[in-house]
Amino acid sequence: MESQHEHHPLFMPLVFVGGLIFGFGLGFSHMAQPEVVLNFLQFADFGLLFVMFGAAVVTGITFFGVKRLRSEAPLTGVTYTRRLKTLDRNVIFGGGIFGIGWGLSGICPGAAYASLGVGNVVILYGIAGMFVGAYLQGVWRSSLADRGAAASSAD
Amino acid sequence: MAATGLFVAVITDLFPNGISHYAIGGLLVGLGTVVIYLGTGIPAGASTFLESTLSYVSDQSRFQQYRASRDWRVVFTLGIVLGAAIYALTFQSGLVSSGLQPGATTGELREIGGVTIWLTEVQPWRLFLGGILIGIGTRLGKGCTSGHGVCGVGSASSASFVGVATFLFVAIGTAQLVYALGVSP
Repeated sequence: MESQHEHHPLFMPLVFVGGLIFGFGLGFSHMAQPEVVLNFLQFADFGLLFVMFGAAVVTGITFFGVKRLRSEAPLTGVTYTRRLKTLDRNVIFGGGIFGIGWGLSGICPGAAYASLGVGNVVILYGIAGMFVGAYLQGVWRSSLADRGAAASSAD
Repeated sequence: MAATGLFVAVITDLFPNGISHYAIGGLLVGLGTVVIYLGTGIPAGASTFLESTLSYVSDQSRFQQYRASRDWRVVFTLGIVLGAAIYALTFQSGLVSSGLQPGATTGELREIGGVTIWLTEVQPWRLFLGGILIGIGTRLGKGCTSGHGVCGVGSASSASFVGVATFLFVAIGTAQLVYALGVSP
């Protein structure tokens, strides 16, 4: 749906500026340091709660408030909606697998990209791992989908 | 007086490095998300970049659904990397300093040509193995700390509340277990 709307000349610059602020915030909050995340998970420093919920409060006020002012986004014409996903077993299994990885390494996707930005080249091990993991699940789920399609066309 | 002293003691205990940089950083992460959302209507998360970028090099059917968004997701991720680099060039390198920003408390700082870079001491095998699980888990579980934790929780989405609770509790258990086994850093 987004592809038809991306032609606005300000679309890419705006996404870039949003990413800049997002990444600066991750650096400023020390989330680009896996050790700080591990300290949180080991109950040595609860500061991470301020980062995640501080960010969620800002997005929450915006997501719920903007709809009172206008119905669609100026650059894309996309209707303002909340980010809602279907709650199913995948959310729990996937969340559990992500949790093991997060607890083992102290990294998550956004913070890992930011970590590269603060000069932490060692994080490339983590980013490489993420691509390997995303690829493995892609191969697995592609074969599930292809088998599903083959079965339904055979019916 | 005693109550104030107790309050300060609890705060110092729970937040040994202070609160300001966490709170300000969190507000900026939210602001970055909001800038994109207000302009485009897209509540952006960071983990979809992995699959959308794989669509450039792999023809697996799973990745093709992200072809339409892959270009802007690359731009978003480059923005994150450069935004953090601006932090490194300013606060981390000491060009700008503030009492609200205590500077790195972990890892290793190294100066290269006037720029201070920060390096983790977490072992590469932990990063790589953790990364693989993150790559599988965030994609299967429909989001990560930004997609579920920031955009989803901000949307009051029940799937995201469940997702965040699940990965938070499992991560705490895992980190405690790894630490108890003597793996550090």
